Amino acid sequence: MLRRTLPSSMRAVVGVKHAVDYTIKVQVKGGQVVKDVRHSMNPFDEIAMEAAVQLKEKGIVSEVVAVTIGNAKAVECVRVAMSLGADRSVHVVGDQTAIDNLETLQVAKIFAKLHEELQGDIYLMGKQAIDDDQCHTPQMLAGLLNIPQGTFAAGLTVADDKSSVTVQREVDDGHQTVNVSLPAVVSCDLRLNTPRFPNIRNIMKAKKMPVNTMKIEDLGIDLTPRTATLEISAPEARKGGGKVADVDELINKLKNEAKAI
Amino acid sequence: MLRVSLRTARWAHAKVTDADIAAFKEILGEKNVLTEDLDKYSKDWLGKYEGECPAVVKPEDAEMTSKIMKYCNEKNIAVVPQAGNTGLVGGSVPTGGEIVLSVEKMNTITSIDGISRVVESGAGVVLQSLEDALLPHNLTVPLDLAAKGSCCIGGNVATNAGGIRFLRYGSLHQSVLGLRVVTATGDILDLRNKLPKDNTGYDLKQLFIGSEGTLGIITDVVLQVPSEMKSSNVALLGCETFDGVLRTMQHARSELGEIISALEFADARSVEMSLSHTGNDHPFADGERPKYYLLIETLGSNEDHDMEKLGNFLDDVLSKDVVTGTIAQDGTQTKNLWAVRENITVSFKDFGKHNLKYDVSLPTSDFYKCVEDTQARLDQEVGKGECDVVGFGHIGDGNLHLNVISNNPNVSPSMEPWLYEWLTERGGRYVFFLLFALCYL
Repeated sequence: MLRRTLPSSMRAVVGVKHAVDYTIKVQVKGGQVVKDVRHSMNPFDEIAMEAAVQLKEKGIVSEVVAVTIGNAKAVECVRVAMSLGADRSVHVVGDQTAIDNLETLQVAKIFAKLHEELQGDIYLMGKQAIDDDQCHTPQMLAGLLNIPQGTFAAGLTVADDKSSVTVQREVDDGHQTVNVSLPAVVSCDLRLNTPRFPNIRNIMKAKKMPVNTMKIEDLGIDLTPRTATLEISAPEARKGGGKVADVDELINKLKNEAKAI
Repeated sequence: MLRVSLRTARWAHAKVTDADIAAFKEILGEKNVLTEDLDKYSKDWLGKYEGECPAVVKPEDAEMTSKIMKYCNEKNIAVVPQAGNTGLVGGSVPTGGEIVLSVEKMNTITSIDGISRVVESGAGVVLQSLEDALLPHNLTVPLDLAAKGSCCIGGNVATNAGGIRFLRYGSLHQSVLGLRVVTATGDILDLRNKLPKDNTGYDLKQLFIGSEGTLGIITDVVLQVPSEMKSSNVALLGCETFDGVLRTMQHARSELGEIISALEFADARSVEMSLSHTGNDHPFADGERPKYYLLIETLGSNEDHDMEKLGNFLDDVLSKDVVTGTIAQDGTQTKNLWAVRENITVSFKDFGKHNLKYDVSLPTSDFYKCVEDTQARLDQEVGKGECDVVGFGHIGDGNLHLNVISNNPNVSPSMEPWLYEWLTERGGRYVFFLLFALCYL
């Protein structure tokens, strides 16, 4: 996607997902995940929002747009984003079945479609959603838009001329620093920042701010799932440990019970 | 004027011998009697009180408890009953030569009835474990306190613990339906009723609730538990005047009504100390640092209804006494807001070697006057700048935690009996009756 002229002011688009709350003990009943539980903004997306707001406070970004794709209740997610500092928001809404069947490729395609209008200079997203842990969307979005990506950001610096961004990435054996030209997609990792609490007056104001609502079926994107879920089950309950009297018993248990040797 | 004497008479109990230890092992089994590495049982949670402890015994049920108590009664051996050992006033540790009888082995949850919402469990079940067991039944425990992960239900009942949900679920005198208790002579009192309404005979179990192990050892508890509420909200509000806090609280009561589940107060210094201790960011990102904080929690069955009530309430108080605030947006922020309140006590040791703690009940309108008058008195009697006096606590229940933090070891004489007289004049009470516990040792 060709770059328009270097912006004097940048627009940050932040993807925020209305996901199962981090503190909920997820239960599986009848082969299905119990979904009627508390939902809140995906914690990594909170970090992305904080990054966007900090860029705005520094005068680097002049507008923050929050985008969520979800059921009717997901509007809460963009209201929170607006109470934190998003200037406007988009809520792509679908019924529960459509949202349940949504896969990361379609989510990326929706963002790519929205880019036609939003023309974001930087896309900030959490590295993954904590309910499905897919970690696909930011990377796929970058591919669809043919723009660079800086993923698992633990550090983020926009160049003075706003032509590129330096991302310090968390990788398995340490850090890797990359410099990518803008526009780009950046996915945010745990250590990038500590999200702030929203101010109560902003929370009340955000309740009354308009939200641009779009129906998911109106975007002209093929939402047919490409995967089928075969089975959902809860992880095995952790069995208690035990003490052994001596090495012989240990070997016996490793061999005959744990079948580890 | 009330004059209180702090002199106590020690009971001349027997010294524990090897023969006694052997007898304990005979009754309970070798593994249930400890004579070494007893710090976990002989030292209190604050590390302030410690006594010589000849043995720790851990009966597995009421029968074993009864046999131990019979033996100790015959031999004149003193016993300190202990549950989670999370108390803050030295009530659960020996002062010299008593054995500790720990209920930790009585940790089975006997039954949960999801329809009548009744749970029966051993006294040694940790409160958090009880909550976890109730969750799949859509039930929850009727009390919540910072020590949840370590305190046991038996100890909660024995001390009639209040906690942060007292406002919503009331006292344990109300929630406890039945108990099994072993008396000092070894009699087993089986008062395990499971029915919410039972007016037959005398309600003997009430005597043991809050008796702090002085009348008997609770081995089993039958509790009426409430349904779990799905929608919860926590807001932290700041006010510049204490009258503003009181007015905001009144608005909360009338506008939030039945969904209020906790109302907690803290002054600026308590919050400062708590945040300094945890290293967390201040929840007010706008930089405002009000003089008084009010934490409000709501629990209800419908998120939309609760949010509407909360929204109306906040619209109202934001135009009046509330200068700033925040609402937790997810489970983690909820924990962090509560952490501000929960870490106040543990932070004190960072600011002074000596901490005098007073858990008092008094008319709510006198709440902060107690803190101000105490600070004024200590500035005068001990010296300006010597003591930090802070107040926080369950403002919804009229229960203040008054704390004096200082590096000066001689502050008590300026506080006692002055504070008791001050409270008595205003119809207040010292809630954690430390004197009561000391009399029986």
